[in-house]
Amino acid sequence: MADPKITLEQVLHVAKLARLTLSDDEARQMQEQLDAILGYMEGLDELDVSDVPPTFHSIPMDAPMRPDVPERCSDRSEILEQAPESEAGGFAVPLVLEVE
Amino acid sequence: MSEFPWQSSFEIREQVVGGAASAVDVTRAYLARAEALNPKLSCFLTIDYEGALAAAAQVDRARDAGEDLGPLAGVPIAVKDNLCTRGVRTTCASQILGDYIPPYDAHVVEALRAAGAVILGKTNLDEFAMGSSNENSSFANVHNPWALDRAPGGSSGGSACAAAAGLAPLALGSDTGGSVRQPAAFCGITAIKPTYGRVSRYGLVAFASSLDQIGPMARSVREASQLLQVVAGHDRRDATSADRKTGDYVGACDRGVQGLRVGVVRDLLDGLQDADVRAGAEAALSALEKQGATLVDVSLPHAKHAVSVYYLIATAEASSNLARFDGMRYGLRVPGEDLAETYTKTRAQGFGPEVRRRIMLGTYALSAGYYDAFYLKAQRVRTLIRRDYDTAFESCDLVCTPTTPTPAFALGEKTSNPLEMYLADIFTLPPSLAGLAAISTPCGLSAAGLPIGIQLVAPPFEEEVLCSAGQVIEDGCGLLESRPSAID
Repeated sequence: MADPKITLEQVLHVAKLARLTLSDDEARQMQEQLDAILGYMEGLDELDVSDVPPTFHSIPMDAPMRPDVPERCSDRSEILEQAPESEAGGFAVPLVLEVE
Repeated sequence: MSEFPWQSSFEIREQVVGGAASAVDVTRAYLARAEALNPKLSCFLTIDYEGALAAAAQVDRARDAGEDLGPLAGVPIAVKDNLCTRGVRTTCASQILGDYIPPYDAHVVEALRAAGAVILGKTNLDEFAMGSSNENSSFANVHNPWALDRAPGGSSGGSACAAAAGLAPLALGSDTGGSVRQPAAFCGITAIKPTYGRVSRYGLVAFASSLDQIGPMARSVREASQLLQVVAGHDRRDATSADRKTGDYVGACDRGVQGLRVGVVRDLLDGLQDADVRAGAEAALSALEKQGATLVDVSLPHAKHAVSVYYLIATAEASSNLARFDGMRYGLRVPGEDLAETYTKTRAQGFGPEVRRRIMLGTYALSAGYYDAFYLKAQRVRTLIRRDYDTAFESCDLVCTPTTPTPAFALGEKTSNPLEMYLADIFTLPPSLAGLAAISTPCGLSAAGLPIGIQLVAPPFEEEVLCSAGQVIEDGCGLLESRPSAID
């Protein structure tokens, strides 16, 4: 059997980067599926594109500018209503930094 | 005049404007039909009884007051549930947004309201618009109204199903790699994927930002064209929105195809495994030829790489876009021991398997050591795909291919093999990668009685020619007189 395109170890590393947890079974299945997909994608290797520029935007466009003037935005209470937790007019989040 | 529920948006508006029917009565009738059929079809995730009746009552009041009525006055519409609707739950068919109520309307939703349309509710989709069968919805499977054991297509499967089954004359979907065209083909309706930049995405929950477009869906080409006319146009709230004049899409439906050069990708057509799809494509081409179009051979030598290119670029962009779902400001939060665990628990419970798979693939393609080999390479091959079209359009005005390699596949048929599901998108991906305008419209039925769709692709911002050619195909071999058999 050929070397896998992606190892279980790499799958777990990528999951960490993506802030996802995978159970052992999920990780094994993910490895098999990504391996098959990446194997198929090796078809791109038949093309030499070293001199071809990338297309990040299909339709050429410039970043538009707008006048820098203050405008009314959404109502704060309406936005906070959708927050999992809010406090004192702001989003309440788990402690980020320990302070002595 | 067609009978309920098969009236066109034009017929409904005429009745409402002329006073033959009130918008409230029309809305009540469609709401009742949606309520009766949704348990069978699962095309709606939310039916907005109150909002729909209020919008209809406003149309009736405006008419009674002698005010000018909008182009969609009193016309019911179904809206994909990844388009934000103020005060109405918008879930993206995901647990992570299961209870999310947007405080604002998407640009296209504002445009619908201004046109007098009545939004009946929010339609089912593959979670975050990621899928080709609607089986990735975390709430329910949509069924194809032509055969309930078949997939409606995806990701705008709920919108396609609603329009096809007569639950609404019009629907809005979104299309990243085929998500309005493929379900339209499977459900026997018309859908337009506008040029990248033609329709503002303000208020569309982002999946892959260099590809996403919002597209109109309807049973007829003329209605889809009308809906495009209503939602198209510049909006400064979407930085990619093109500052271009909107065309006369309804008018274009009457222009015919005399002298039009239609590009046929011969090796692709001859290579089709499915005889019914091949026959449908030939029927569409001969309808165009009969009305004065010329067929010319073109080739898209790099189109075969579109699946690889798309599933690298779209997943990379998705992994970045979906990083915002962290359980902090809105949506689901699953508390953990600390911040990091709260993130991972929230995302592990909130996202379904396909969304997680795509985030993983995209994160991998962008990660250190793999960026050049995967993501950058895909963007380079994307240039070759775009150049194929540039060359083709030197000798033709639009390129014609089937929309899908087969008619609707069975529910469950491809769920265990993600790659096989991806490969079913082979015809809709190339125009998306090139940012082009495309339409899918029915061109016949398979031997088993399933709809077949034909795809036409036009250069950027030339949607009008799609409407002209789509109308000719509809007149020649469309399904306007056929009704899906599995519902009533």
